[in-house]
Order: sequence, then structure tokens, then C-alpha cells
Amino acid sequence: MSGAGAFTLDGMAIAYREGETIMEAATEAGVYIPHLCHQPGFKPHGSCKLCTVSINGRNGAACTVRAQDGMTVLNNTPELNDSRRALTEMLFVEGNHICPACEKSGECQLQAVGYFVGMMTPRFDHFFPARDLDASHPEVLLDRNRCILCELCVRASRDMDGKDVFAIGGRGIRSRLIVNSPTGLLADTNLSAKDKAVAVCPVGAILVKRRAYETPIGRRLYDRQPISEVALEEAKTLKGKGHG
Amino acid sequence: MPRIAPISEAVGHSVERHGARPSHLVQILREVQAELRCLPGPALDELARALRTPRVRVESAASFYHFFHSQSHGAYEILFSDNIIDQMLGKREMMQYLCKLLWLQPGKLSEDGLVFVESTSDIGMGDQGPAALVNGHVLPSLDESRLELVAGLIRDQKPLARWPRMLFEVADNVRKAGPLLGQAFEPGSALRKVLEQGAERTLAELDASNLRGRGGAGFKTAVKWASCRRAQGSEKHVVCNADEGEPGTFKDRVLLQSHADLVFEGMTLAARVIGASHGMVYLRGEYLYLLEQLEAVLARRRKDGLLGKGILGEQGFDFDIEIHLGAGAYICGEESALIESLEGRPGKPRNRPPYPDTFGYLGQPTGVNNVETFACAAKIAVHGGAWFVGMGTPASTGSKLMSVSGDVKRPGVYEYPFGVSVKQVLSDCGAGNAQAVQVGGPSGTCVSWREFDRRICFEDVPTAGAFMVFSRDRDMFEVARNFAHFFAHESCGFCTPCRVGTSLLRNHMDKLAAGKGSAYDMVQMKRLMHIMLTMSHCGLGHTAANPVVQTMEKFPDAYERRLRNLDFEPAFDLDGALQTARLITGRDDEWAHIVSKQP
Repeated sequence: MSGAGAFTLDGMAIAYREGETIMEAATEAGVYIPHLCHQPGFKPHGSCKLCTVSINGRNGAACTVRAQDGMTVLNNTPELNDSRRALTEMLFVEGNHICPACEKSGECQLQAVGYFVGMMTPRFDHFFPARDLDASHPEVLLDRNRCILCELCVRASRDMDGKDVFAIGGRGIRSRLIVNSPTGLLADTNLSAKDKAVAVCPVGAILVKRRAYETPIGRRLYDRQPISEVALEEAKTLKGKGHG
Repeated sequence: MPRIAPISEAVGHSVERHGARPSHLVQILREVQAELRCLPGPALDELARALRTPRVRVESAASFYHFFHSQSHGAYEILFSDNIIDQMLGKREMMQYLCKLLWLQPGKLSEDGLVFVESTSDIGMGDQGPAALVNGHVLPSLDESRLELVAGLIRDQKPLARWPRMLFEVADNVRKAGPLLGQAFEPGSALRKVLEQGAERTLAELDASNLRGRGGAGFKTAVKWASCRRAQGSEKHVVCNADEGEPGTFKDRVLLQSHADLVFEGMTLAARVIGASHGMVYLRGEYLYLLEQLEAVLARRRKDGLLGKGILGEQGFDFDIEIHLGAGAYICGEESALIESLEGRPGKPRNRPPYPDTFGYLGQPTGVNNVETFACAAKIAVHGGAWFVGMGTPASTGSKLMSVSGDVKRPGVYEYPFGVSVKQVLSDCGAGNAQAVQVGGPSGTCVSWREFDRRICFEDVPTAGAFMVFSRDRDMFEVARNFAHFFAHESCGFCTPCRVGTSLLRNHMDKLAAGKGSAYDMVQMKRLMHIMLTMSHCGLGHTAANPVVQTMEKFPDAYERRLRNLDFEPAFDLDGALQTARLITGRDDEWAHIVSKQP
């Protein structure tokens, strides 16, 4: 890549390469910006809004806005952190999340971000929506109750697996994950448990069957390390593999 | 009852008509549904095959738009416009009356599968409501006698084409005309001018006119066109945003109904300036009734050499316009969501930059403007920038069309020079007892009686055209609650703050309306508003809390008298939770209820 420049992030000078987003440059510099719909190596999406930062006084999603010379970016401010906590709470109340019983507990990014932003309880009223669970697939369970509509599986299936198994159907609060089959069932798609679309799910919505609770409490991913460290290490590993 | 076509036939015809282009998916879905009365699963399978696109993408679009449904809505689908203005004019009573006449419940297909009645977001008839759509066609000025006639026609299963025309007559209701609505326009005059003086000069005049976008945002049109002119692309496009979805707005309806030449001329002018060969009008689905006459105007313009190849005999001046219909989604008024919809996808706003002027329809440079902006541009081309600057204020030149509705004697469209005071408009339209005016629709500004000296212009109260008047007898809380429901219904669902925030806000308003509010709810609402304003993806989320914020600030009494408890009141309704049990046991006696203690 050509071109280079620098911007400031919470007063610290951050170098970036031409075309990089604020998120990418910050991650490389070892600064964690909370996020859920972003993953290194994926097309920027910008829907969860957790990574919202202040850019020259205006808010924007760090995962979609490209870094520019001389930008003044604020990330770790009380106001932004409070809004991130509220957004995390919103994600909890719009679905039906069951952390204590969830197979993904301890490895779940929503839960880990909840801890990171200091969420104690969702202060909003729960929606308790009626959402479908699809256990038709022999290897994969799809539980829409725990889906946060980040579209990582949509992007992974389309752009990496080349399958288009998932999409978002409906509108507004009735948005839901839909699958590519006339019956609407996962069993009738060509999804495989080895697909990137399955592995990428940050929450307990897409789970590989017969693999639950394999790691004892205390040794699970986010038991050992907070998400702020894990995310940076994962990005580094991915970059080592040549995705950067 | 008319015959329902077989699925393969309906899909086959429509796909063929659109050259099997997946980008025309929304148009194809509209046509297929018109044939089949719904979009059943097998139709989506067939469409996916015919368009060689994954079924999941077809379903994604089919389930996004309000006007599409997978279950049949019968031979007659009647959707009542649910804006607060229609409600004030008796929408609820009229809808109930029709349901009584036809023996049915709203939202449920009649037993015989003949008719379906439901509500829909504002259909742009605030000056002649209550209004409804029957199979997509507008039925304005509904009253009991008209509904009796409608019910009779439905019972007799008369095809729509044989219903009396008077039922469908939409009046312009132009109450005050200015340079746009009042002065005659000769088709071709703006195009002759641009050919005579050149595109550069025309752009310079447009720049001098200081014309700003009439869709609400007020971005300078000349800057947009110049950027699009400079942009590189294999084919450039001109798009007319006729998705007039902001509740209370209906001025574009009048421009399209009676001044379509002016709008098309503006689009063709834009094409000449930016170098586009393809134009599209994104006509909101609610304005389906205009389609035929707009197509006729386009056909006449082609015949007269004002569209097509070699316009006005000028070699290389090739441009034509096609009309795309929306399908019931307010968000498609946002320009990048509109482009997504034109490309056959759910209308969800894109990440910007890049903006449409460099990366628009099919990734090509695209000039997107509001209907009224194109009309103004055509006038400026003929009369010059200085003429335009002669009207309005320094930062808001020219005239502005306003859609006046609500508690007024003379609802309709008024054309004023920018800078007119709210008081002046109120006096002209005969609003004697006004308490507040919602300027610019739910996403705009609530102007209270204390501020009626404020002026309509970008410097003070900007507007896309709505001017809804509420008398002192109206409850401003109920106005805000109607708008909160509107935004929750229309949020596209892409980003967290808007998707969840609009629903949470609606729930809080409903809780207050049920007399269960507390001071804690007010705190929560304020917190929500801040998050929606600062964290949302697009203008819908940024402004969705406006009506609540502003009425809370300007009419605090309307809220405070609804608070049961100044501290906390749970949202959980113990008595309501027993409703299922009551339904199952068929009981509704005193002992089947938990009577909550009075505060």
C-alpha cells in the first residue's frame, strides 16, 4: 500500500496506511475500540454502532470511516462509553439472551463486550420477542433468540463461503435472520458446520451441535482474557496469516 | 372475482418484461403481487430461479417493504392512512365503519377471502383525508356515504376499473401559487436555453441562484451537479426522489399531477449538465395513481423530441426516463436507501462517503434531487439565477411549496417566498386557534404558539414542505405518540440505536398513554433520545426522537399530567398478563381481573 499519515486518537498519534479505517489503524496501534459487527478481514458494515467515535467533533463508526491526516478522534470518553453501554443493553433487551445457560457463555462477544463496557443490567424494558429456533440441520443449530443482526454470517457466507446461506429479512424491530431455502429451514440449505459463516457468529445464535460446554468455566476464552486483549491478538494473528 | 394467474405465468411475464435484471426486483415483486394478490413462497422460488439470484435475497426484499405480503389480502386490499392528520379527520371512525359494513376486523382477511382492511403510514392526502388506498389506488375524502358505496362495490365484486371515477378524484388544492405553480411553463424552453448557452453557463446560473435541495437537507444543488459532472463513470444517472413519505407532505404530488413537464424538464436539464443518459423517477408506491398520466407525459415528450436520442435535434444529447415505484418504505426517501431500492434490495442507507454524486446507482455517478428541486432548476434555466435570488432570503433563495393540513379552514398547497413567517401562513390558511405547527413533518420542528413569529427558511425553521396545524383542543402528547409509532414502524432496522431505540421510545409513550408513566420513564426517554441522536446511522434515527423531545420541552403539561407516580412505575402489566388466560377460559368477570390500586 502506498501513502501514509497520522491522526490522533485520544491525544495519541496513530499512523495509518492509505485506505485504512480508523478501526484498522487503531487495532494495529494496539488500541481496542469496542465492536460487534466488525471483524478483521471482513467488509466494513457499521450497523452495531458500538465502535462509534468522535471524529473532529462529529460521531462516526470507526469501522467504516477511513483514517485521514490530522483527524482528531476521541474514543475513550465517558460520554461514548456510556452510549456504548446503552447500545449493548439495547441488544440484550431486543432479543432473548440466556447467558447463564448459553453454550456460548464465556466465548460470546456480546457478553464479553457487556463486561468491557461495564454493563450491570439492561436498564431498558425487555421486549421478550417470539423468535424461531431452527434445529433442523444435522450439525448446526440456529437460535434467532440470541441473534444480534450483525450480518457477519451473511457476509461470510456470501463473500467467503460463496454460498449465500443467510440474509436479513423483515424490517425494523422485526428484522430477522433468514436462510436460503424454500422451506425456510437450515437443513435445506447447503450450509456446512465447517463454513466461515458458522465460525464467525459472535454470539450463541449459530452453534455447532454436540460441542456445548466443552471448556470448563474459568478456562473459557473470555474467562482468561478480556475481549479488549483477545480482539487485538486475534487481529495480529490474522495479519500474520497475510490478511492485513 | 377475477382469475388469479398461475405463479409461473405471473413470474415469467414480469421477469421477461424487465429483461431478467435482478436490479428490477422491487418492480418485479410489485407486478407479481398484483397478479397473485400476495408473494407466496413458491413465487419467490420461481423468481430466484428466473433471476439467477439466491432465493434469500429475493425474500429479503420481499419481506422488507410494507406493501408486500406472503399471505393473500384478498381481491380488495384497503389501507387507511394513519397519520395524525387523518386521525383528526376521523380515520379511526371511518375504518371502523367500513369494517362494520363488511363484517370484518382490521388486519384480518375476511372469511370469504374477499377483502382486507388495515392501516398504513401517511399516503400524502393530508389536505383531503381521511384517505385510503384500495389495491394501491387512492380513495380521498372518505366519509360514511362514500364508504357505503365502496362496501357495496366490494360486495358486488365490481372490478376496480368499473368503480365510479369520482371516488378516485384527487384535487390539487393549490391555495396560493407563485413562480412554480402559477406561471405557465413551455415544455422544452429550459432545454433550448441550455443548448443555446451551454452546460457550463447553465451551471453558473444555477450556482448564482443559490438553489438548495427542497427535500429538506438543503444541500446546494449546483455543488451536487458540478461534482457529478466532474465524476468519472461509464454511465451517469439522474434520479428524481419522488418518495414523498414525510407525513404531512403532499406538495410533490401536486407538482407531479399538474406540472410533470417542469419536473421532467429539470431532470433532462440535469442530464445535460452532468452528462447522464439515463434517468429514473422513484415514485412512492402510494402515488401509483399518477403512474399512467406520468407515462403519458413521458411518451409525449419523446414524441416532441424532448426525450430520447438527439434531444431537440442535438447530436449526442441522449436521455430517457423510466419510472420505478416504491412499495411502502419511508426510509427510501433517504437518497442512498432509495438507490438500494432502485437496485432491487431492501432500502437500507449505505455507508457514506462515498456519496451518490460519485458512487450512486449501480456504482455510477448519480445526481439525486427532490421533485421540487428539479422544477426549480428548470425555471432557473429559463429565467436565470438573478431572478431566483430576487425571491426569499439570502441563504434561502426562491419559493417554497408547503403542504398545509390539520386544523385549518383551507388545507392545500401554498407557495411562498422563503422567509415567510409561521404566523402569515396560519392567517392565510385560516387557522384561528392554533396551538402548534409541526413544520417539516415528524422529523422536523414543532413550533409552539409562543414562536409563531419564526420564519420558514434554512436559517430558522427549515422544511421539506409539511405544515401540520394543531388547534388548542388537540393533545400534543398524542401527536408525538403518533409520530413515535410512525418511526418505530419505518425504522429500517439496520443500526442498533434506531432499530431498538424507536421501539423503546414508542413503548414508553404507550406506557404513558396508558396512565402508567413515571418520572423514571421521562429520564429513560431522554437517555434514549440522546443515543438515537448521536449514534444512529442516518437521518431517520437522528431525528426520530425529535417530536417527543420537542413536545416534552414545549408542552411539558401534556406529559406531566400522565405520570402516575413521580418515582417509578413498572412497565409490566399484571392484569394484562392474565389476558391469555381470560381468552382461554372465556371469562371476563370481575374475579378474572386484578384491579390495580389507585395512586
